[in-house]
Amino acid sequence: MSIQVMLLQLGRGMIVSIEIFMLTLLFSLPFGLIVSFGRMSRNGLIRGISKVYISIMRGTPLMLQLLVVYFGPYYVFHIRISNSYRFIAVIIAFAINYAAYFAEIYRAGIESMPAGQYEAARVLGYGKAQTFFKIILPQVVKRILPPVTNEIITLVKDTSQAEMFTIAKQVAAAQTTILPLMVAGVFYYILNLIVAALMERMEKALSYYR
Amino acid sequence: MKLLEMNHVRKEFDGVEVLKDISLAVEEGEVVSIIGPSGSGKSTLLRCATLLEQMDSGDLIYMGEYAARTDGGKCVYASKAELKKLHRCFGLVFQNFNLFPHYSVLKNITDSLIAVDKLPKKEAEERAGRLLEQLGLSDKRDAYPYQLSGGQQQRVSIARALAKQPKLLFFDEPTSALDPELTVEVLKVIKALAKEHMTMVIVTHEMQFAREVSDRIIFMEGGVIKAQGTPEELFTTENERVREFIGHLSGK
Ligand SMILES: Nc1ncnc2c1ncn2[C@@H]1O[C@H](COP(=O)(O)OP(=O)(O)OP(=O)(O)O)[C@@H](O)[C@H]1O
Ligand SMILES: [Mg+2]
Repeated sequence: MSIQVMLLQLGRGMIVSIEIFMLTLLFSLPFGLIVSFGRMSRNGLIRGISKVYISIMRGTPLMLQLLVVYFGPYYVFHIRISNSYRFIAVIIAFAINYAAYFAEIYRAGIESMPAGQYEAARVLGYGKAQTFFKIILPQVVKRILPPVTNEIITLVKDTSQAEMFTIAKQVAAAQTTILPLMVAGVFYYILNLIVAALMERMEKALSYYR
Repeated sequence: MKLLEMNHVRKEFDGVEVLKDISLAVEEGEVVSIIGPSGSGKSTLLRCATLLEQMDSGDLIYMGEYAARTDGGKCVYASKAELKKLHRCFGLVFQNFNLFPHYSVLKNITDSLIAVDKLPKKEAEERAGRLLEQLGLSDKRDAYPYQLSGGQQQRVSIARALAKQPKLLFFDEPTSALDPELTVEVLKVIKALAKEHMTMVIVTHEMQFAREVSDRIIFMEGGVIKAQGTPEELFTTENERVREFIGHLSGK
């Protein structure tokens, strides 16, 4: 295998990694908010289900969850697993896993808001939804940005398990060289530098108030 | 006309009765101060009046309309829509301001006018501008709350409440979070409002201020109204407990 072919294969893996990364964020960030609502629900059943969900998602390995999502349809429903499902399974597994982490971050952020903010909004006549989306959520976003950044950086590294290193390992094994693994490592490092820079800009953008 | 009436209000927290059969009425244009030791239920009373807390029993009436009434021992609140309407009657100024930190001074004032009262933005901003000028804050309209002193923040929160054009304004210890110097500038604002015959109910520990500004002072202790009357009556009362309390806080 020439070095060009190797780089080409790695390059494809990188693109898939970035796709997994983006799609996971796209789905898990809003889904996490819904889960956090469930976790804080006044309904005990909904609260219980959310709690169990979060506990399983955080308490079992992501790779196991990935396998369950991937092979589940076959074992449970005897559905033949198509090739294109592999990618979808990765997105589903990542999204539901990360949603659990984000849900707990959201919850901590929402519960840290002083009661006075809700009360001021209520006396001024804001409705429940208005209070949440206009008054509470923007402040929560600012508060949770650092832990969310941590989570996103972990996500970048997790996507490597799903994609890049599988390829890098294969190539490395075939070539008996660790060069592909080094290339992959550099790639993830750069990707994380970019993520960190973007998040820092967001924090700066929100620093107009305290 | 009676703007506010509260009849036989009871409220308990975890089995402890905090308000025990409190009745009071506030006439239009009247300034009522509520004084009393810590834990006597002053804040709880204001919170019941402003619908932040539900009474266990009693009537709550704004301008003749029931926000809540008690029949046969059960306290029933009016429908959501009616309560929303009654919400417009009053404003509340908090001890710790509770400004929205992510909004500028101007937006703190105008946002609910636009989002809740559906006022055109231009009109809301004109109204806010007039109030800021009146309260000496014109140069702060684009500042954020953290950039203001406590006294300025409290004046903004008063402007925010006034912008809603309430019939009645409640204050819960509006100067307790402020140093003496800043206290003066906030009390000045409230005194000016009193001169314009704004109806106000003010919980305060500032005895001299209460004496100057109030038409009536209510002394609360242990969840009941122990005494009330004009400032002169209360400051010259024979009631030992009231004298002791006032004397203590006036530093005499
Ligand atoms: N949400 C609550 N849950 C339980 N107890 C409460 C609650 N709010 C108030 N209390 C209790 O009710 C009593 C009256 O409290 P309240 O805040 O009304 O007193 P206050 O007269 O405003 O006192 P202060 O001058 O210190 O502000 C206190 O004993 C307080 O501990
Ligand atoms: Mg109080």
